[in-house]
Amino acid sequence: MKKIEAIIQPFKLDPVKEALKAIGIDGMTITEVRGHGRQKGHKEVYRGQEYNVDLLPKMKVELVVADARLDEVLRALTSAARTGKIGDGKVFVYDVAEAIRIRNDDRGETAL
Amino acid sequence: MKVLILLVFSVVAMAQTAPSIDARLAALDTAVKSAQSAGDNAWMLTSAALVLMMTGPGLALFYGGLVRRKNVLGTMMHSFILMAVITALWAIVGYSLAFAEGSPVIGDLRYAFLRGVGISPNPDYAATIPHQTYMVYQLMFAIITPALISGAFAERMKFSAMLLFTVLWALLVYFPMAHMVWGKGGLLSASLGGKIPCYDFAGGTVVHITSGVSALICALYLGKRVGYPHEQMKPHSVVLSVIGACLLWVGWFGFNAGSALAASGLATSAFVATHFGAAAAALGWMFAEWLRTGKPSVLGAISGCVAGLVAITPASGFVQPFPALLIGFLAGIVCYLMATLVKHKFGYDDSLDAFGVHGAGGTLGAILTGVFATSVINDSFKDSAGKTLALGWVDGNAGQVLNQVIGTAIAWGLAIVGTLIILKICDAVIGVRAERDAEIEGLDLSMHGEEGYFFET
Repeated sequence: MKKIEAIIQPFKLDPVKEALKAIGIDGMTITEVRGHGRQKGHKEVYRGQEYNVDLLPKMKVELVVADARLDEVLRALTSAARTGKIGDGKVFVYDVAEAIRIRNDDRGETAL
Repeated sequence: MKVLILLVFSVVAMAQTAPSIDARLAALDTAVKSAQSAGDNAWMLTSAALVLMMTGPGLALFYGGLVRRKNVLGTMMHSFILMAVITALWAIVGYSLAFAEGSPVIGDLRYAFLRGVGISPNPDYAATIPHQTYMVYQLMFAIITPALISGAFAERMKFSAMLLFTVLWALLVYFPMAHMVWGKGGLLSASLGGKIPCYDFAGGTVVHITSGVSALICALYLGKRVGYPHEQMKPHSVVLSVIGACLLWVGWFGFNAGSALAASGLATSAFVATHFGAAAAALGWMFAEWLRTGKPSVLGAISGCVAGLVAITPASGFVQPFPALLIGFLAGIVCYLMATLVKHKFGYDDSLDAFGVHGAGGTLGAILTGVFATSVINDSFKDSAGKTLALGWVDGNAGQVLNQVIGTAIAWGLAIVGTLIILKICDAVIGVRAERDAEIEGLDLSMHGEEGYFFET
């Protein structure tokens, strides 16, 4: 099992959800986050006082998939989230040791 | 035959009514007076309510949006609680000190506890409305003035010290200044026997110079907020400030047009001047900022509007619509430069630009009133022979500009000295500045035990 952690543009959340749903992925966890990579922020001016806003709002999408589906899911996710401009975000993939469905104690990929 | 009957009938009718003509005229006179009083009183009560709306929610929202999220409630409370504090003080001694006859500097105590302030008019101030209407209308001005100062000490003053400060400030600065300019026999009164007549239609000196200059003294005395100017202190919600500024704009019609004290043509010209001043100033600030920084900010446009309303306050009721546009436009540019260039050059932390907007705008407006005041708009000032007086420079009375400067200087002097003394007293008794930890935590939690926003529930 692999865990996919994707940091994406907030306005790309719906396209990503749709793309994943289209290939049969239903479960995911979403968090509103702030951060920046190479994309530096922007300047704001309030009554002449300048502020550099470098931590920008992003969405973090987390989901765990079976090893066999990893490539397919990553393709769907990245193509849905891509605009081709700086600031599109990043995807990280981790190994997952175990998954448990709390309701009935299912283990491993059946718990996904 | 018909004509004859009619003639006889009318002669009989005349004979019958002749003895009661005086009585009927008297009744007519009473009816006319009562109709005028009804119209004037309706407008003045509406105006009083509009001016209260400027403090809450107008100023509370305008200032509340400009502070950081952790101080939004504390800042709104500064405005709100003054609606209660000053009201109580006004009833006890405030109205009397400001508006009772007394010395040229302060009123005596004849109206203390509002003794004798009833329904019958006080002809010295407003002959067609109940004395109580005048009293409660003036109260709303006394409420907003110290609330304006709170923009300078926002985010760092102890709540208890702020309460003591504003009570003492009303007693030592506002009531004397209001008496000098508007009270019967006041030193600067233009219509009630002042030695140095100074035109201030709705409170350029009394409200905006006193509050704006006192704000500067507070900002200098309290020192900068922890982290200023290195940390991010951007407004937590310009949206709230936009709503607040729009409420101020509307409320200001009560402030200025209400100062005609009647539903008269003078009220209309004050209304028009007010509106024109606000509009031109919003444009002035916006274009100045657009030229300097490349972007016309929303905060800039609404700040300009408030600056224009401040500057037109003393002039409304004295100037024609085009000078009103000019005064507003200048105020927009001057206040923009004061709140940005000048503030940064001198490095004081006037958190919400109470001085940059009210001190600078009020001073500009007070002096320009001496230039543009004209008897075409306001012919209520007569010499001993009953001839209408020339008012400002445009009327050929250039000396009025000097009177305006003297009035302005007195307001500045009283505000500086009074505020310094009061701050020293408050510092000795309570300590004016919040503890460092309390300030970093935010005044909402440390002073009031609440948070403005709690979205999880």
